[in-house]
Amino acid sequence: MRTKLISTLLIGIASIGIAFVSCKKKEEAPAPGSAAPPPPPAAAKKETVQNIGSDTMVNLAQAWAEEYAKIDPNVSVEVSGGGSGVGIAALINGTADVANASRKLEPEEVEKAKAAHGGKEPQEFMVGYDGLAIYVHKANPLEEITMEDLGEIYREGGKTEKWAQVGVKSIPGAKDGNIIRVSRQNNSGTYHYFRETVVGKKSDFKSGSMDMNGSKEVVELVAKTPGAIGYAGLGYATGEVKILKVSKKKGEPAIKPANATVLDKTYPISRPMFMYTPGEPSPGVKKYLEWIMTDAGQKIVEQSGYVPLAKK
Amino acid sequence: MFGETPHTRRRKLTERVAQVVFGLMALALVVPLLTILFHLVKEALPLLSWEFLTTNPAGGMRRGGIWSALLGTIYLVVVSLAISAPIGVLAAVYLNEYAKESWLTRIINLAVVNLAGVPSIVHALFGLGAFVLFAHIGRSILAASLTLAIMTLPVIIASTKEALSAVPLSFREACWNVGATRWQTIRRIVLPNSVSGILTGVILQVSRTAGETAPIMFTGAVFFKKIGEGNPFAYGLLDQCMALSMHLYTVTTQVTEAPRALPYAIAVVLLGTVLLVNALSIGVRVYLRSRKKW
Amino acid sequence: MADARPKRRTWEVVSERLIEFAIRVCGISAVLFVFGIFFFVFREGAPFLFGGLNLGQFLFSTEWYPTSHSNVRYGVGALIVGTFSVTALAMAIAVPFGLGAAIFVSEFCGKRTRESLKIIIELLAAIPSVVWGFIGISVMNPLIQDVFHAPVGLNVLNGAILLALMSVPIMVSIGEDALKAVPDTYREAALALGATRWQTVYRVLLPAAKSGLLAAVLLGVGRAVGETMAVLMATGHAVNIPKSLFDPVRTLTATIAAELGEASVGSDHYRVLFIIGILLFTITFIVNLSADLVVRGIRRRN
Repeated sequence: MRTKLISTLLIGIASIGIAFVSCKKKEEAPAPGSAAPPPPPAAAKKETVQNIGSDTMVNLAQAWAEEYAKIDPNVSVEVSGGGSGVGIAALINGTADVANASRKLEPEEVEKAKAAHGGKEPQEFMVGYDGLAIYVHKANPLEEITMEDLGEIYREGGKTEKWAQVGVKSIPGAKDGNIIRVSRQNNSGTYHYFRETVVGKKSDFKSGSMDMNGSKEVVELVAKTPGAIGYAGLGYATGEVKILKVSKKKGEPAIKPANATVLDKTYPISRPMFMYTPGEPSPGVKKYLEWIMTDAGQKIVEQSGYVPLAKK
Repeated sequence: MFGETPHTRRRKLTERVAQVVFGLMALALVVPLLTILFHLVKEALPLLSWEFLTTNPAGGMRRGGIWSALLGTIYLVVVSLAISAPIGVLAAVYLNEYAKESWLTRIINLAVVNLAGVPSIVHALFGLGAFVLFAHIGRSILAASLTLAIMTLPVIIASTKEALSAVPLSFREACWNVGATRWQTIRRIVLPNSVSGILTGVILQVSRTAGETAPIMFTGAVFFKKIGEGNPFAYGLLDQCMALSMHLYTVTTQVTEAPRALPYAIAVVLLGTVLLVNALSIGVRVYLRSRKKW
Repeated sequence: MADARPKRRTWEVVSERLIEFAIRVCGISAVLFVFGIFFFVFREGAPFLFGGLNLGQFLFSTEWYPTSHSNVRYGVGALIVGTFSVTALAMAIAVPFGLGAAIFVSEFCGKRTRESLKIIIELLAAIPSVVWGFIGISVMNPLIQDVFHAPVGLNVLNGAILLALMSVPIMVSIGEDALKAVPDTYREAALALGATRWQTVYRVLLPAAKSGLLAAVLLGVGRAVGETMAVLMATGHAVNIPKSLFDPVRTLTATIAAELGEASVGSDHYRVLFIIGILLFTITFIVNLSADLVVRGIRRRN
């Protein structure tokens, strides 16, 4: 008796499940012209935009998605992070409509994307700038650093291992004099950009750095670890860490990262942020991208701690 | 003749010491657990409320609640158990009622044990390779649930087997004596009498499914997705979804300026659900056992 | 006498046959899935495994640079050491405490304490690994830095403590089973000879339950090796051969979880990650196989 009850229950649940799944599917397919009362023009077709990629940009993308939902409720932007590499891979795989990248596409990636989408070249949209800040612990007496020093600290084969070598005799709270390098994982655009600019394109990072999953973790770790140094987007700064001024070469003035210095390129470690689509974007996506580049969209860039595109 | 000697005194002492040492070891597990739980709840308190559970995340996940993640987790649990429970129960029925002890059963048992030991990230790789790519299901609740189902299958098989073997042979013999077929016996006598053990096993897997992150990271879970608040049917099987476990991971590692209580609150909701379900399974087990007829 | 059995309706017979067929299929499903997992993981990794991967470099080199522009190297040596070091330390912590607790629960405590202890241990087992990872980052990190004056709190020790807390429940429950499986006659004999409980445990029960306890440890090891989220969040994720307990490391599992999303499907990096998956699968297969053989050995004896 009881098993009969249970089996009918299961069949019941299963059929309800199947019913609403098929209903859901019907809802998503665009209504054919002649069916029920025709939907008002310009209208009820809901579009989902898969926006995947850069961790550096993920909070920004999130803010854009939320703001845009108020403007055009028919377009639902779904945001995922994972790193610029993840976004680009998704673009190539076809699972992303828009890929966020904090670096430019590599030539091989362009080729792969073309091949995967029938020869269409991925379209590039520059949506803002990001200054890459060098963070150290608040108690660290260091105020500025040169690009060469940074390279020697982070590059494979680089000789700088201890704080004393960059002129820091001691850091209150640090247990030994070792420089604890905080970095990102290799799927991160930030990682790639740092390698290109600071470490050197032909070289690699020194093994043994703590490779964090997201920019937030980098800043949090540096805040709690007196002997640490790390790099992450300017937008991730908190009151718990100190930002170093960076000079291009020894002897040149050290510049603090800020909107102005990023835009006029005096701050040496800054980069444009991109959004890529596989080929020409659909009208809904195009409107979204265009909105991002208007004042409304760029205001959000500034509010999130990034550098907006120069006003034309 | 039985007076105390230095020899017995020393033995009594070692006995006492041993008792204390082992007791301390057991305590060493209990104390950290309770302190951690207490700390988690204390930090989470500012944010816990009914609104927290039923509103979507907002403001880049810094405000609002966890509705989309909560619903996503519920979907994943229900769908994956709907797949693995029937298969697991029937597999255990086969192993316990139909199969003769042979090389085949030994291989099956071996397979079950190994399936249980596969690392969760390897399940994720499998889910990605088999369901998302090979079967072209794409990243979706369905693919993630299938992956989770295969993860929970071995435990359901093992606990169902135990429940089935607890039914005395005499019950089955009585049925055979009146001419019932094997399936009739199983359906009418064996299964109903092992329902408590089966249910316990299945319910325990609910907490495991709700807590797993790695298998769903690449097969169907996303960072953010907006769904209708308060609508229990907001997700479709082929949609991607948010999930509590994934949400905890992303908030901890990627969301800046989140209120301090937020990850604690998510952890508490996740833990609370898990513990509640475990308690439920114990309750079910006790209730059904008290109604057993033998 | 003619056939006196009542005739069964065809529908009943057919449906019964169908159900029995379904049962048989489900029966071999577990085997299918295990093979399936190995097959699919192998399938994605094989092209590179047999088409260019330098196996020696892969297993023994500590240089892991899958995305280098100049010099791509796939050496998981440091990752293997990472997994091994965290697991070994976790076992060093968990085995004494787990077995100690199992002995306590089985031999030394009263019924009511036993029930409450068992509930607490079940609770410990139910905590999801991502929550453990979060605890590692938020609670253990500052704790380790303060108590041990370590430069960094995300390291081998942090991961090991979490793994130990995660594997203890398995060890306690299987260890307790193993001790319970020792026949009471052993205990009675010891009692008759005038042994105290501790002496019984030390000289009689532990040797008798040796294989069961070993199985418990092996299963704990299997759990620790396969753990992903907690170590991803709490070990500092550095490709590094640790020189001390307080050095950050990276495990095999965490590497896959961190890098799988980026690798484009079909690229060498993608395939190498699947090859790491094969490696993990093989390790846990061997560990769980041995544990199962040991457990079956004791069950047969009783």
